[in-house]
Amino acid sequence: MTRNEGIGWMLAVAGFGAMAFLPLLEDADYLMGLALNITMFTVLATSWALFSGPTHYISLATAAFYGVGATVVAMGFEVLPFPVLLGLAGLAGGVLAALVGLATLRLSGVYFVIFTLGLAELIRQLVSWVQSNIVEVGSIQVFTDNSDNWIYWELLALAALVFLVGWLIERSRLGFAMRIIGNDEVVASHSGIHSAGSKVILFVISGFFAAAVGAVMVTKIINFDPDTFYLPIISFQVVIMALLGGVHRLWGPLLGVIPFTLLWEVIENRFQQPMEMFGVEIVSAGSLKVILLGVCFMLIVYYIPRGVVGRVETLARRLAPGGGASHG
Amino acid sequence: MAENALLEVQGVSKHFGGLVAVDQISFTLRHNEVLGLIGPNGSGKTTMINLISGALRPTMGDIFMGDRLISERPARFIARLGIARTFQLVRLLPSLSVLENVMAGAVFGHKRLWGREARKYAARLLERVGMGHAIGMPLLALTYIDQKRVELARALAADPDILLLDEWLAGLNATELKLGIDLVQTLRQEGRAIIVVEHVMDAIRSLCDRCIVMNSGAMIAEGSPGQVLADPAVIHAYLGDSHA
Ligand SMILES: Nc1ncnc2c1ncn2[C@@H]1O[C@H](COP(=O)(O)OP(=O)(O)OP(=O)(O)O)[C@@H](O)[C@H]1O
Ligand SMILES: [Mg+2]
Repeated sequence: MTRNEGIGWMLAVAGFGAMAFLPLLEDADYLMGLALNITMFTVLATSWALFSGPTHYISLATAAFYGVGATVVAMGFEVLPFPVLLGLAGLAGGVLAALVGLATLRLSGVYFVIFTLGLAELIRQLVSWVQSNIVEVGSIQVFTDNSDNWIYWELLALAALVFLVGWLIERSRLGFAMRIIGNDEVVASHSGIHSAGSKVILFVISGFFAAAVGAVMVTKIINFDPDTFYLPIISFQVVIMALLGGVHRLWGPLLGVIPFTLLWEVIENRFQQPMEMFGVEIVSAGSLKVILLGVCFMLIVYYIPRGVVGRVETLARRLAPGGGASHG
Repeated sequence: MAENALLEVQGVSKHFGGLVAVDQISFTLRHNEVLGLIGPNGSGKTTMINLISGALRPTMGDIFMGDRLISERPARFIARLGIARTFQLVRLLPSLSVLENVMAGAVFGHKRLWGREARKYAARLLERVGMGHAIGMPLLALTYIDQKRVELARALAADPDILLLDEWLAGLNATELKLGIDLVQTLRQEGRAIIVVEHVMDAIRSLCDRCIVMNSGAMIAEGSPGQVLADPAVIHAYLGDSHA
């Protein structure tokens, strides 16, 4: 266990170190673009799994938190320095998560999924309405002195932080409580565990990170328009990546983010045209992507329910007979 | 009577729709006492245990632990006050190790140990219930009886003042039963009060100071095991069922 942990730390430090040097390479724009996407989704999927892994609640609220983080920055970039806004954005995501969690985590899983999906849409409508009727601007141009390299480093720092937080949780009473809750909630409550409270804390943490990512990304995308930030597809992508990688290990989602981001890159480039048959458009390019996403989702759930990590662990166990190779 | 009472159940009822599973039950549990809760199948014993542990809320009536009105409180609060239980159908945590299953009882509740202290303590409790050899074993490799032992160790890990055992001795063979009865005796000697739900008459006679007999949710007798088992109403409740 301790030896594995040491190896884990070394890998993590080496990985983050290598990633941090990427912007210093010359002519690495394409690579940087990929790395940025991977880093961004690593933060989103890993923080999503912190909550959804142990609780088995599927949250589709990522887009809501992400959008709220972007909104905070878009509203405040002219008056407050970016680091302050980043903190405020995270805080706003956390508060939103706490409110949603307190209201819905007592409900059964199905209601929770629907509620979180609706949440992003609700806030998007609200922000759009405020933008067009009260402040009367169409879209906001968020010009900050956050350079592309800094944006990447900020996301990388968030990724490091999410792993650190996840690692600390795993070692804490909270992490142990979550494993018990995931097994049997009746036993959990009879052992003195505050199930709802524990779940809310984790949901708040995931809300914090998603909002922080949104806050950073709006300085990259610059054009703040609610339609592009409260985008349900972000939530779905995060769920698929996390499930593909595996949610029962901290580093699981990462193994889903990397292949999926690469695959998505191909999809984005290949399917820019609507699908036509006999000259008639039957599926628009946008819907085609959503359909492909849905197909990916079904394939993953059917064929690799425990994700890439589950596969890796089974393989490791087979290669090392008699060895307890599965402790991470 | 209330002076020595650790737990007081006052006029408690539980309705499931039209079904009255527990019907205006009142009794007290004293310090250091083993109280038997017996009755035919479906008479409401498990429901009574669920009401005390906070798994269910009474439809009517109050349950006090000392001065605390626990029937208004959630299960986690009751656990922290020092009431622990086992379940009639064993409930273990399949993805946790045997040791972690026991630790679960020691970390959040009445006891609140963590880290190496919790591990050491859990290991000691496993020894105590005769499961010291199973610490490293996968949970699913255990027999049903051994799983029951692990579950008891988890309940004990909270260091409870009141222990609720729902048919914990059921399914044991003669030697295991003897060991089980001795174990419960030692728990009482440590100063715990225990409510045992049992069908095994030998266990009831040798363990219980007092018995409460339930039938169709209502209490039909109370007294020493000898008294209640000789009570015509009790005999009728048990035999009437099987002769019907
Ligand atoms: N959650 C529930 N919902 C509806 N009915 C229930 C529920 N729990 C118990 N009952 C009913 O309440 C009655 C009492 O059940 P309970 O399990 O308390 O009996 P018991 O005395 O423990 O029986 P046994 O000796 O078989 O364990 C039964 O008729 C049972 O079907
Ligand atoms: Mg029962």
